[in-house]
Amino acid sequence: MMKKYIYIATITALLCVGCANDEDFLNREPTDILTEEQVFSDPEVTLSVIADLYDRYYDFAWIQDWSTMSRFNIAFWSEAGRYGSFQNSDYGYGDWGTWDYGYIRDINLFIERCEPATELSDADKQRFLAEARFLRASYYFELVKRMGGVPLVLEAEEYDFSGDPSYLQHPRETEAAIYDFVISEAEAVKELLPTDIDTKSRATKGAALAMEARAALYAGSIAKYGAGTPQVSLPGGEVGIPASKANGYYQTALTAAQEIINGEAGGYELYQKKPDLADNFASIFYDKIGNNEAIFVEDYKLQSGKVHGFTISNQPRFGAEEEEGGRTNPSLNFVQSFETLDGQYEPIPVEDASGNPVYYDNIGDIFEGRDARLAGTVILPGSSFKGRQVDIWAGYQMPDGSVISGDSRGQQKEVGDMGTVQVVGFDGPIDGLEFTAQTGFYIRKFQDPKAASGQRGVQSDLWQMRYRYAEVLLNAAEAAFELGQADVAAGYLNQIRSRAGITTSLSAGDVTFDRIVHERYIELAFEGHFLFDIKRWRIAHQVLDGVPIEASEVTGNIGAPLKRKTQPYGLWPYKIYDPGSANNGKYIYKIVKPARVTGADRFRLGNYYSKIGDDVINNNPKIIRNPNQ
Amino acid sequence: MKARYLIILIGAFIILASCNDIDNFDEPGTFLTGNVVYNQDPVPVGNNEVEFQLWQPGFGTLTPLGVRIAQDGSFSARLYNGDYKLVFVDGQGPFRTNIVNEQQQDTIFIDIDGDKEISIEVTPYYLIQNASFNKTGNSIEGTCRLEKIITDADAKNIERVTLYVNETQFVSDNGDYNDARIDGDFTNPNAVSMTVEIPEMLASKEYLYTRIGVKIAGVEDMIYSQVEKIDL
Repeated sequence: MMKKYIYIATITALLCVGCANDEDFLNREPTDILTEEQVFSDPEVTLSVIADLYDRYYDFAWIQDWSTMSRFNIAFWSEAGRYGSFQNSDYGYGDWGTWDYGYIRDINLFIERCEPATELSDADKQRFLAEARFLRASYYFELVKRMGGVPLVLEAEEYDFSGDPSYLQHPRETEAAIYDFVISEAEAVKELLPTDIDTKSRATKGAALAMEARAALYAGSIAKYGAGTPQVSLPGGEVGIPASKANGYYQTALTAAQEIINGEAGGYELYQKKPDLADNFASIFYDKIGNNEAIFVEDYKLQSGKVHGFTISNQPRFGAEEEEGGRTNPSLNFVQSFETLDGQYEPIPVEDASGNPVYYDNIGDIFEGRDARLAGTVILPGSSFKGRQVDIWAGYQMPDGSVISGDSRGQQKEVGDMGTVQVVGFDGPIDGLEFTAQTGFYIRKFQDPKAASGQRGVQSDLWQMRYRYAEVLLNAAEAAFELGQADVAAGYLNQIRSRAGITTSLSAGDVTFDRIVHERYIELAFEGHFLFDIKRWRIAHQVLDGVPIEASEVTGNIGAPLKRKTQPYGLWPYKIYDPGSANNGKYIYKIVKPARVTGADRFRLGNYYSKIGDDVINNNPKIIRNPNQ
Repeated sequence: MKARYLIILIGAFIILASCNDIDNFDEPGTFLTGNVVYNQDPVPVGNNEVEFQLWQPGFGTLTPLGVRIAQDGSFSARLYNGDYKLVFVDGQGPFRTNIVNEQQQDTIFIDIDGDKEISIEVTPYYLIQNASFNKTGNSIEGTCRLEKIITDADAKNIERVTLYVNETQFVSDNGDYNDARIDGDFTNPNAVSMTVEIPEMLASKEYLYTRIGVKIAGVEDMIYSQVEKIDL
């Protein structure tokens, strides 16, 4: 009994004493949340907040998602689950859309909270604020490219719970107004950002100017070429820019680009380090040391968690470091667009003038004498990756006209009197077998040559290239051409073309719209520019018109901007078996259409600007729909 | 063990079967059918190409119901009873919609209470008249007359005239399976004629489908003649 009383007494005493410091006990600093003052008093912490905003940057072609880089039939996708993309015809009206005002709000909040901060040094604060404005302008640029004019929200708004949200509903600005905003922000922040050529993954003066040049060029071409498709416009200007503004925008683009070219943002230049021009071109994307071509990138780092699997997905399948790869197969349509070294458009010589096949001693000979960017962008039959030659050949061509091939990688069969031998490459091409080179090609651009980059446990740290100097030159060339300065344009184009090994230079008279379209298609392939280029030139509905490509027209009209791109074709090498003939053991090539390609892509007028969702419009009835959807 | 499974199964059945009257709507059961017409004649359009939207106001958030027009110009939608507004999105179809009245513009009000058949009057830019198809030997000849309907300020030119041949009855410009097509000369719109060869791989077929389409400059959707079956 006594014990019980003692316990009760003790507990009572503890309870009374234990709560003496209530206030202190309950008022605790959270250990998992940083307060506003804490964030904006230490530059390291502020940096980590803006790092999150950098991480949410929108890329149309994103290296972490390989298929986004090779859309629109520049390549065939050798993966069973993706064949559907080559079997449908229409694009959805909502495709490529974006509407992330949460991101804009977070940037606005950052700006509003950073501005009054007192603990940060002025230099730090100025840089952070300029970076945030750069990111906000970047996203508005992304929005206007995809959706047309959008509401321009420049402060973090709060709902007052009054039951009437109409003061939060903003109408769409005109398309021109958003482009103007992007341009003026770039102008405003360029001097606030560091001029530092070695800063690649944070905004610099170079990045701001590159963005300005690209945005102004886009706006200029929409103004000029939009006149050809009056249906793609809205009466309020939310879509479409008046043609009278074209020259002003082109001039802005040229001025901004020339600021970079003249070295005012740092010593950017074309990457020219390696004697082998194809290697040189491929290195632009993986050489991170002293690379003066890259202007603004998303950086990756091994063993940090921030890595990507582009190489795993696309490495040549045979002998790969992981049982995976081979997904992106560039199309023949793209491969044949590369000029010869003397600057001529020529089909890949498969047949001679009289229709007989051309016989080649070595498998890669057919691609000799082409623009070095071909071998820098595409892994061709006979070329190597990571020191291992790819094994791409489709079978034996027998003297009686038949073909002996296999349906599994490197299959062996009996061929003539040679006994049982391998009859198809370990990399294919085998029609319909995923991860083999079904068009006869693999992609080289963005492939990481480092050892183990193709292993799941290591992966790749290649940059996501956002702005590079060659694009600045191309933007300058296009703007100069549109302003009637063809000689200036020729100078810029020649820099890019001579880096690719093309020996003849362009004169002012050679620079045409077709030439510029072609040069951008070749140089900037797989970098996410193609869609926006054909959109702003208003040729998308002609290039992707839903009409299948006939075998007879594949090799025609190379380099013409309106050449159909509705389906990818392939080019397959065959070995000749004909003992006693001089051609025995040589190679011939055949043009094929992968059997999984049954649809022909059709870009409708309603695809020029992505659909704004009904949920958005229901929440904000002031939003006008995009045309033709 | 077996008893437990049985109980779970029976329980699942009870759960699945017990809700049918409480939280399930009846499916929509009223049909709205009809044709898109000009002068009482249906206007044939491309397959899966032209659509109009039905809006039903009064239920808060709005999302249009898209109704696709079939190749022969007919349409059919299964709906709930109610009041609907029918609109064509600007630029849809190879035609101009007719203005109902000043206030309502080209929106058509439809009250649906039981199955209903309506004709939507439109004015096409062109019509293909007297389309006829002839098989001679190894080729198909298509002839027609092109009639320009809209001749005022909205008048548009012809971009091309095409004859399509397909194994299936879906014959349109956007069909990926057209087996043959040929563009015709339309300098004399009163007598357009074009001849296409039947591809060898189709020679053994018993019949093919064919029709003529006209692409009007500046208009995305094409206008067609009715699909015709040709016995080989």
